[in-house]
Amino acid sequence: MTSKSRLHIPRPSARPGEAPDFSYLSLSEAGAVSRPATSATASEAEYLAQNLVRVMDDDGIAQGDWIPDLSPEQKVEALRLMLLTREYDNRLQRAQRQGKISFYMQSLGEEAVSIGQGMALEAGDMLFPAYRNQGLFILRNTSLVDLMCQCLSNTRDMCKGRQMPVMYHNRKGNLFSVSGNLATQYPHAVGWAMASAIKGEDHIAASWVGDGSTAEADFHYALTFAAVYQAPVILNVVNNQWAISTFQGFAGGERRPFAARGQGLGIPGIRVDGNDLLAVYAVTQWAAKRAREGGGPTLIEHVTYRGGAHSTSDDPTRYRPKDEWQAFPLGDPVERLKKHLVNEGHWSDEQHEALKEQLKETVMAAWKEAISYGTMTEGPMLDVSIMFDDVYEEVPQQLKDQCEELIALKGTLS
Amino acid sequence: MSQMNMIQAINSALDVVMEKDPTVIILGEDVGYFGGVFRCTDGLQAKYGEHRVIDAPIAEGGIIGSAIGIGVNGLRPVAEIQFADYIYPGLDQIISELARLRYRSGGEYFSPVTIRAPCGGGIRGGQTHSQSPEALFTHLSGVKTVMPSSPYDAKGLLISAIESNDPVIFFEPKRIYNGPFDGDPNKPATPWSKHPAGEVPDGYYSIPLGEAAVVEEGDELSIITYGTMVHVAQAAVRNAGVKADIIDVRTLVPLDVETLTRSVKKTGRCLIAHEASRFSGYGAELSATIQEECFWHLEAPIERVAGWETPYPHAFEWDYFPGQDRILAGIRSIMEAV
Ligand SMILES: Cc1ncc(C[n+]2csc(CCOP(=O)(O)OP(=O)(O)O)c2C)c(N)n1
Ligand SMILES: [Mg+2]
Repeated sequence: MTSKSRLHIPRPSARPGEAPDFSYLSLSEAGAVSRPATSATASEAEYLAQNLVRVMDDDGIAQGDWIPDLSPEQKVEALRLMLLTREYDNRLQRAQRQGKISFYMQSLGEEAVSIGQGMALEAGDMLFPAYRNQGLFILRNTSLVDLMCQCLSNTRDMCKGRQMPVMYHNRKGNLFSVSGNLATQYPHAVGWAMASAIKGEDHIAASWVGDGSTAEADFHYALTFAAVYQAPVILNVVNNQWAISTFQGFAGGERRPFAARGQGLGIPGIRVDGNDLLAVYAVTQWAAKRAREGGGPTLIEHVTYRGGAHSTSDDPTRYRPKDEWQAFPLGDPVERLKKHLVNEGHWSDEQHEALKEQLKETVMAAWKEAISYGTMTEGPMLDVSIMFDDVYEEVPQQLKDQCEELIALKGTLS
Repeated sequence: MSQMNMIQAINSALDVVMEKDPTVIILGEDVGYFGGVFRCTDGLQAKYGEHRVIDAPIAEGGIIGSAIGIGVNGLRPVAEIQFADYIYPGLDQIISELARLRYRSGGEYFSPVTIRAPCGGGIRGGQTHSQSPEALFTHLSGVKTVMPSSPYDAKGLLISAIESNDPVIFFEPKRIYNGPFDGDPNKPATPWSKHPAGEVPDGYYSIPLGEAAVVEEGDELSIITYGTMVHVAQAAVRNAGVKADIIDVRTLVPLDVETLTRSVKKTGRCLIAHEASRFSGYGAELSATIQEECFWHLEAPIERVAGWETPYPHAFEWDYFPGQDRILAGIRSIMEAV
């Protein structure tokens, strides 16, 4: 073999010990990208994939024609939900460290995606989340206790002890069951949206994947079906720059934005500042309106940053600079919305701190209740026969026999 | 010789083969700079470069499909699938292409791909980090299927797998990456340094594919098993006070029928154990083979101890996992049969 290769190997801009470098991120000024009509053709909207839709400038002042029609109360509510998500994450991250749950994944730094989008969609719209969309569950009124009990696999666990932490669902809230297998939810969302159109209903679907997950075939199937049938669906790519240890270049993000992935199929793409709650809200509203008008799918890329480790099993200091998040040019979504609200005179540091304190207490109270239904190590424990339910609609004889065998065996041991 | 755990032994196997054969290349998710989520490829990119240890996009079908092409073009790819539970997006490439290429091209094309995948339960990983899908691959005709149970075997078998011109699916029972596991999660973990099979030669050696190992000898009973369950079976036999042959299948395809039947003809009693669900599990094939080859020697019905026929549950891990008590119950029922 020759020693030279012409294979291009993507390399991140900085490794541990090097200075963070985000010069690869192309940014637009807040307010610089115009808002086309929702009836725009895919070609007319093409520029949205190449630029970056931003509303809040560095001083927190809203700019341009994407400023959403949100009241101060709604914006404070958005801030509260982001803070609540962050505090929820905090609590569960610590619970994992204390051995109370087996595993956890935070959404630190990405809260505006779930909260901004969730707020822009209607209750009847069906959401197909990925594992870092806990904000959607919180926003759609899944009780914190229920979410915690899922992570605890305890007697109140909605998944009946069968799933790892964070694999929530909320049927009443129109939130699909989170899968551990990447990108599988994308075609489901498209199929759900197709059914909505077949039935002549107005509900749309939305789904989320990470930058890394766009490499999976399911991502491409979903785009093709959505384009062919002009399904009323919003497909989101949360580009938090990292997929465990590989940066977004390994998913093909080096030369074209993820937002442009649908363009060959005629799917409009919007690249949005994912840490700008107002911009996230506005582009989602645009895509939802377009879908409801029969305009078909939109692909939205949220440019954000994974503020924490991939999961509690991961140590990111092995592959990226420790201070990379601090250098991320789009900042922290919580701080940015706070600044905007303070600037507009609707919020203060004191209110912010008081709210954080109050949320800490809310989350702590929920945690105390949740662990009273059991933890991984302390009872009460789920009845073991539940293991054999729901494999099929009715438990077949074979499984009944296995359940009996197990119970008899446990009886001889105790 | 060095003390190695299974991760180090796998790393050493990859290192030794890459050193010896410049056509060997590795690809997979997080395998390059990071060295793999289980660290099996740690240090190899630094040593062999970014063109031989390649981080891949998150697309198992793409990893396996491109590995086939890489292999067809004269290189020898070792693909890592991060968890066996994530191999399914690559199934069409394995079944329709990798397994059948040699056959359908009249023997003219082949691709010597090795696919490594950590498998099995016992790590509180829930259904997407605990599965034992080996039976699916043993049904294909055209791929070999391997699962070692110790560092020594892992290295020797992996070297053979990579050197084989036939494709090999190489399952690594991740519960025993760091030490043997007897099925009792409440006992402190024991490291491989306390186990003779944790002694591993530093250099090249290989263990031929297609040979089972008799890891324990006895004349009352034969236990046929593989992976983590080898250690669970050993502990169960010790506690039961029976004298059993314990046979580690090691290579599921091609199966070493000879070693298995020799033992069962000697003992007349056979228990088969694996983590995977029982129905259409690999144990069904083992059981049928033993029945066909040893029927007139059997003194009791063949027993199978396996996972229940449910997806792998998170909270009920230790009720699902076929631990020592399930094996002991199986042994009792075989020994009591007249
Ligand atoms: C089919 C499949 N392959 C591999 C994995 C292992 N895995 C879990 S998360 C992950 C990285 C995903 O990165 P990205 O899509 O960017 O999402 P993020 O974690 O950044 O939110 C990988 C490789 C998996 N869960 N499913
Ligand atoms: Mg990512």
